Amino acid sequence: MKDRTKYFAYPYVVWIIIFIALPMFLVLLYSVTTKESNGLTTIHFTWENFRSFFQPIYLNILWDSIYLAAVSTAICLVLGYPAAYIISKTHESKRNTLLFLCILPMWMNMLLRTYAWMTILGNNGILNNIFAFLGLPKVNMLYTRGATIMGMVYNFIPFMILPIYTALSKMDKAVLEAADDLGANKRTKFIKVILPLSMPGVISGIIMVFMPAVSTFIIPQLLGGNKSMMIGNLVEKLFILNGDWNFGSAISIVMMVIILLSMSIMNKFDVDKEGGARLW
Amino acid sequence: MDNAIIQLNHITKKFDGEIVLDDITLSVKENEFVTFLGPSGCGKTTTLRIIGGFERPDEGEVYFDGQLINDIPPFKRQLNTVFQKYALFPHLNVYENIAFGLRIKKMDEKTISAKVERMLELFNLKNYGKRRIDQLSGGQQQRIAIARALVNEPKVLLLDEPLGALDLKLRKEMQHELKAMQKQLGITFIYVTHDQEEALTMSDTIVVMNEGIIQQMGSPIDIYNEPENAFVADFIGESNILDGVMIDDYLVEILGKKFECLDSGFGRGEEVDVVIRPEDLDLTPAGEGKLEGIVKSVIFKGVHYEMDIEANGYEFLVHSTDMAPVGTSVGLTLTPDDIHIMKKGD
Amino acid sequence: MVRKYLSKIYMGIIFIFLYAPIVVLAVFSFNESKSRGHWTGFSLKWYIELFHDQDIRMAFYYTITIAIITAIVSTILGTIAAIGINAMKGRQKALILNVNYLPVVNPDIVTGISLMILYISFNMDFGFNTMLLSHIVFSIPYVILSILPKLKQLDVHMTEAAMDLGATPMYALRKVIIPEIKPGIITGFLMAFTLSIDDFIISYFTKGEGVTNLSIIIYSMARRGVRPTINALSTIMLIVVLLLMILINKRANGHDKSKNINRSEV
Repeated sequence: MKDRTKYFAYPYVVWIIIFIALPMFLVLLYSVTTKESNGLTTIHFTWENFRSFFQPIYLNILWDSIYLAAVSTAICLVLGYPAAYIISKTHESKRNTLLFLCILPMWMNMLLRTYAWMTILGNNGILNNIFAFLGLPKVNMLYTRGATIMGMVYNFIPFMILPIYTALSKMDKAVLEAADDLGANKRTKFIKVILPLSMPGVISGIIMVFMPAVSTFIIPQLLGGNKSMMIGNLVEKLFILNGDWNFGSAISIVMMVIILLSMSIMNKFDVDKEGGARLW
Repeated sequence: MDNAIIQLNHITKKFDGEIVLDDITLSVKENEFVTFLGPSGCGKTTTLRIIGGFERPDEGEVYFDGQLINDIPPFKRQLNTVFQKYALFPHLNVYENIAFGLRIKKMDEKTISAKVERMLELFNLKNYGKRRIDQLSGGQQQRIAIARALVNEPKVLLLDEPLGALDLKLRKEMQHELKAMQKQLGITFIYVTHDQEEALTMSDTIVVMNEGIIQQMGSPIDIYNEPENAFVADFIGESNILDGVMIDDYLVEILGKKFECLDSGFGRGEEVDVVIRPEDLDLTPAGEGKLEGIVKSVIFKGVHYEMDIEANGYEFLVHSTDMAPVGTSVGLTLTPDDIHIMKKGD
Repeated sequence: MVRKYLSKIYMGIIFIFLYAPIVVLAVFSFNESKSRGHWTGFSLKWYIELFHDQDIRMAFYYTITIAIITAIVSTILGTIAAIGINAMKGRQKALILNVNYLPVVNPDIVTGISLMILYISFNMDFGFNTMLLSHIVFSIPYVILSILPKLKQLDVHMTEAAMDLGATPMYALRKVIIPEIKPGIITGFLMAFTLSIDDFIISYFTKGEGVTNLSIIIYSMARRGVRPTINALSTIMLIVVLLLMILINKRANGHDKSKNINRSEV
């Protein structure tokens, strides 16, 4: 009977062809054609869009985006792992409240929350007011790379905490007791048992933070000023201001490839860890 | 064949090119308790699912009450199934689970209530109607699964390893309960299990299956005493299966010794399987047996001792109320009717 | 013991970090002056002005309308698709799941521009319709991904059991399958609603003349200074969400408790 149920998916197959596959194909098409292509008759294929991307100015933007996203992801991991660990150790009655508190900020408009940081970090902002009150000198925080990184950490850290928490809470209690039983002290237990077992959570946390971080254009725009042009800003500029869709499409394809590549690398890493967990 | 309620003719079924059922033909009489017995993957569940209508045979016909039902979907078949893990509906309470089939038949509320209450009473589940499924024990869920099927008054009830998830004690209880119920209600039961003891206790007829082929079909007593091949002998009860050669009619050579037996009709010098039940071997003092051996291990089993005794290079499994300590030499004897000769399987 | 206090302090710092901007927003929605960063006195005027601010009211209207329609439509389409996909096998299933996964893993900006190119290629007028359509497109995959695990958990024999008892496949779907996967459907609905209400990037690329949502309005104001009316609106919205969550949580807890009582009777 299951055979016939699968027809339920057919309308959606048509849907994803039109609204997911076709748009992606169009982006790909734009990325390998010239601006002068106006229809099927005048279409001109070219690698020029990709070639021009591999110029130092653009490559620097690309490396910078990857660097900023990687640093933010690392900070999220360093800050988020202990938080997830503490939540998983908290008594059941309070655990859900803590989790809820981690998710709640996401219910407020992301742009608005980021904007609020401008109020806090600005030259006449709240932090500088506090510094002044304490007799400390003014610190230039807003419109720096540091502010961009902080904004990304702020926005994406829940995506790191949640999967790690899930992995930690799924852990079989008996395994931890077995580690105790076999004479592992707290440190050994953490390094040899808990950490390797929570790896899948760490991996999905890294993916879920790195992906939006590398492609964001709002955070650098609001908090970084013009100091940090990220690849997302470039795409936005090309499409909205310059109207250079072909070049913009090429960069989008590069961005997609980077994300899919880093995802598959991470997934491989994950599989290796699970298979070779004993190596730890 | 007139009173056959279920008739399978030359049923063949393949999954992904692999043959699961190979030319199965059998008939089930009305009010019979038939058990499909065999190891996992032998095709017993597939046979049941073909009868239930959940799988279509690639070849062959399925008859219900003389009517071809190959193309009838399960919801139009007059039989009901008790599923392996019960498949109760967790979002419905006990009452609504049992009433499910009746509501589909659009019976009025009064009739439904009367029928469901009668079932609850029959299964000692009175006052459980409002309970949620996850608040019940395994045994209670089991009963509800049967009640849910029986309330529709099917002519045939299909049961797919329904006791598999229960503990030993409960399983024994339910075996008796099920058998009593089948007699009382006069419904045909087709029962699937891999537990030979369960099959022997409950069935009128046992169908032993292996690798998609019916190995033997018969009453429990026939199957136990007269296994048709080494597989059946081994699967039904524990057995010593030895290689033998027929010297002549009524004479077989095993482990280099000649034994009288009751079998004839084999070719001279034909290689055969010889089956000897562990309880048929008797211990004698050393030097007085037909075979001489050394006790390798002894386990106390309550009623009897289970011993491994090595003789002539074969380790015999022996069940006996006598006991010889490990390491001692003993003799083994057996009478001609303890020896079962079988054609070599392929 | 020391460890316990350290844990508490650590979580405290994390939560201060997470809630600082929210507190700032809420507090400054009661600020008398328009200035951000300077407290000049308590006032409710931004809350009153909220009712007169035409732009914000329109943006709010579009945001909510689009979120509700998106949630409803993508839940219905997603549920049907998930049931179908679950019944599929092998390469066909893997292919559909992978394509379905694209909007989830793709950067939003890529999804946004790809849809923009699509609409232009088909000469569609940008506006309410394109924005709504885009939201539905990127929400359905999430709905499907939240329902599929529930379908997988389902006892494989559940549908068969229903049909065995005389249910037609449609009846089994309505009375057994849908009720069983309801938690997944609700999660999917809430997810679609949240994603839609919070989306900026995809809306930004598919919006049209005269149709904006809150995110776009905030973005356009950010450089010049966001009107405190937005702060007021967001504070109200956050409080509504908070109350709703507490209510749902209370109800769920109450349900659990009554369940436990019943269980102890057994």
